[in-house]
Amino acid sequence: MSGKVQVEITLNGESVEFLCEPRQSLLEVLRDVLGFTGSKEGCLTGDCGACSVVLDGRLVCSCLVFGPEANGKTVETVEGMAKGATLHPLQQKFLEHAALQCGICTPGFLVSAKVLLDKNPNPTEHEVRYALAGNLCRCTGYDKIVRAVLDAAAVMQGR
Amino acid sequence: MDVQEHKFKVIGTRPIRHDGVDKVTGRAHYGADISLPGMLHGKVLRSPHAHARIKSIDASAALALPGVKAVITSADFPKLQSGVVPMGELPMNPLYMSMNLLAQDKVLYDGHAVAAVAATSPHIAEEAIKLIKVDYEVLPHVQDVVAAMKDDAPILLSELRTSGAPEKSDKPTNTASQLRFARGDLEAGFKAADVIVEREFDTAMVHQGYIEPHNAVAQYNANGQTTIWTSTQGAFTARDQCALVLNIPAGSIKVVPAEIGGGFGGKIGIYLEPLALLLSKKTGKPVKLVMSRGEVLRATGPTSGSHIRVKMGANKAGKITAAQIWMAYEAGAFPGAPVGAGCMTTIAPYDVENLQIDGFDVLVNKPKTAAYRAPGSTNAAMGSETVIDELAEKLGIDPLEFRRINGAKEGTAQPAGPKFPRIGYLETVEAIKNSPHYKSPLPKMDGRVVGRGVASGFWFNAGFQSSATVSINSDGTANVVTGSTDIGGSRASCAMIAAEVLGLKAEEVHPVVADTESIGHTDMTGGSRVTFATGYAVYDAAQDAVNMLKQRAATLWKVKPEDVVFQDGVVSCTTNGNESMTLKELAAKLPRAGGPVQGKASVNPRGVGPAFATHVVDVAVDPETGKVDVLRYTAAQDVGKAVHPSYVEGQIQGAVTQGTGWALNEEYYYDDKGTLRNSGFLDYRMPTTLDMPMIETILIEVPNPGHPIGIRGVGEVPIVPPPAAIANAIHQAVGVRMDTLPMSPPKVCKAIAEKQ
Repeated sequence: MSGKVQVEITLNGESVEFLCEPRQSLLEVLRDVLGFTGSKEGCLTGDCGACSVVLDGRLVCSCLVFGPEANGKTVETVEGMAKGATLHPLQQKFLEHAALQCGICTPGFLVSAKVLLDKNPNPTEHEVRYALAGNLCRCTGYDKIVRAVLDAAAVMQGR
Repeated sequence: MDVQEHKFKVIGTRPIRHDGVDKVTGRAHYGADISLPGMLHGKVLRSPHAHARIKSIDASAALALPGVKAVITSADFPKLQSGVVPMGELPMNPLYMSMNLLAQDKVLYDGHAVAAVAATSPHIAEEAIKLIKVDYEVLPHVQDVVAAMKDDAPILLSELRTSGAPEKSDKPTNTASQLRFARGDLEAGFKAADVIVEREFDTAMVHQGYIEPHNAVAQYNANGQTTIWTSTQGAFTARDQCALVLNIPAGSIKVVPAEIGGGFGGKIGIYLEPLALLLSKKTGKPVKLVMSRGEVLRATGPTSGSHIRVKMGANKAGKITAAQIWMAYEAGAFPGAPVGAGCMTTIAPYDVENLQIDGFDVLVNKPKTAAYRAPGSTNAAMGSETVIDELAEKLGIDPLEFRRINGAKEGTAQPAGPKFPRIGYLETVEAIKNSPHYKSPLPKMDGRVVGRGVASGFWFNAGFQSSATVSINSDGTANVVTGSTDIGGSRASCAMIAAEVLGLKAEEVHPVVADTESIGHTDMTGGSRVTFATGYAVYDAAQDAVNMLKQRAATLWKVKPEDVVFQDGVVSCTTNGNESMTLKELAAKLPRAGGPVQGKASVNPRGVGPAFATHVVDVAVDPETGKVDVLRYTAAQDVGKAVHPSYVEGQIQGAVTQGTGWALNEEYYYDDKGTLRNSGFLDYRMPTTLDMPMIETILIEVPNPGHPIGIRGVGEVPIVPPPAAIANAIHQAVGVRMDTLPMSPPKVCKAIAEKQ
């Protein structure tokens, strides 16, 4: 099972080439081949959302995508959210609202929330909860996460 | 200081946590993120049977696979004696721990580890474990706690005898221990009752459900020293356990605590660390082991399912006259269910004169249970708090008023005997009674029936050992070093305590969680103890630093140290005019004033402050499907002193959500063969954003007299009331008394149908 495949992706705006085994997931490639360990493995079955990334504009669980499937596509991860040393408003609001405890689910929530706000800049509480229902958090009870996303939306809207 | 009167400057504020930026940018390193040059990857072969004898293990085909470097079985472990070693919240037995890490002559549950492989990639390791041939003789198994106590039950451990039994027996048994707490005159108490309620309850085994699977990386060196990187609730606890099971000196192991992705009690015990160490020793290379979600559910430590019988009586005045409670908890495959805690916490919020509580720790063919947030207390409260609701209903007394009449206060004897110090239980009852939630009418719903329920909970909280250093930097900022894994914001709370003492801003203190060679012994992050006990050590260490600062200033001013005062970050002299210096100014002069300042403290504080909570919940029940939705939730809790209120609220909100999952959905579902059928997050159904409303919290600050700033633990007690509160709300909605967890749609439907 070697027979590695050459893959080229655009990762957080930068062109990246790598070799991977066909059986390696995009998550494994990001973490173990490219060293981007911000995306987390919680289940490997697409149920927890800790590995959420944006693949060609679509929110996916990177554990359910094979590395070679990403060839020619753009991949955005939590590592690409901050602009230089400036945090994305979602990252800033997660900190201000104490929307994380252990922090293992946080990258996935941030990526999912960013996809939501990119499409729907002014969501209701229910729309936030609907958009984040694929991300499991066991520490916070979601209250502060939902508040942080609503507050980030307000700030991004200039409210 | 007088905590009631003291005006805090930092404590009680909500600064951004110090490790926050790393965690929102993906830079924080959790155990599975660690990678070393030349590292091998391990996988564990696990039993497909609930109970079987291992006749032989043949690893030759696995070892022949290219890329496979080593295989270990229990034969690689030293032979150990059975015995009990105290290890934080739950005592541990090295022999049983070793038998759980890799099965010896028998496998005792589906998922029990049998062998481990190290290979050049995780995929090769996975292929290799499939090539290991294990010849099993399948044995009859038992998974129901009551069935496991019967004389004819299959026996898990042939040498086990019941400890604490009134009559000594030499008959093999699955009952590892039994205990009784009794006082007063039970018969007279029930005779004095106007109403008696008697019910039986079953609660399912549930898992802590942390999102990060267990992991460990070990590097054994030729000099016999090993470094282990792991996501653990206790670096020292992990080190000591590894040393015990491998029979090597604790000093030969350094544990570096990685960031931890949740634990809730489940990451105090060890599963992978000794395997990684042995594989590294065999291969001479670093070895990494990471569990899959299925392995986490099948083979780590969930908490006990239980069978509980409650009989309670009360008189017309609403006073509980007698309580008789019997509880059997599943230990899993080895002794150690939290049934003692169950006995000591059930009805602890009440002053009950006549009581008898019996507890049984029972082996079943399921994974060895571990601590889970207030271990044992949630099951127990499901029994006692729903029976109390029924007593109040039958007597026509408001359930909160019933709790007020019977509520424990300072001086009330706990079920186990000791009297409570100053506690805030009645304050939580009062707070819920006066809450906007309890005062508001129930919402109206189309097609669904709504109900409201309340319940209370108690947890001891823990003290245990902690160490801390506080050092002053050349710019007058400070570093705080502790050995406590930060599982939910304790870096922030420790830094804030030091900042308060030193007169600095929270941001001017830099908290560090150190490895086992860089700080004094510190017990695990558990028992709601870190902000209490490690916070105590930080407070003392900061005071020590202040004393040193006063000495340094005295040297500069050529006065006596007792003539120097330190307040709000300024040192001033009481005898030599009005000389004063800020901490920053003094810090720059330390090289000329006697040298650097590092305060230190090691504590084992006794003044633990117990925690009480009272919750109210509104639910909507769909009578057609039996589905229960939580509409509104308010939790009141005596939190002592909230150091960082946001993270105190977060503990409560998270615990309420876990308790809601326990109440409504979560359960270990085994088939007839004893195989776990829901070992993934799709079928082991934890609450999502859509299952929960916002969770209102009421923080009541009754300072703990046993702590210099009044802190009491807050993390565990809020998981205790939710199942009972939800059961009581379901009763108000549809008139059925639920006596089983989870209260999943089929069970609620059945209960409604049986009533009609």
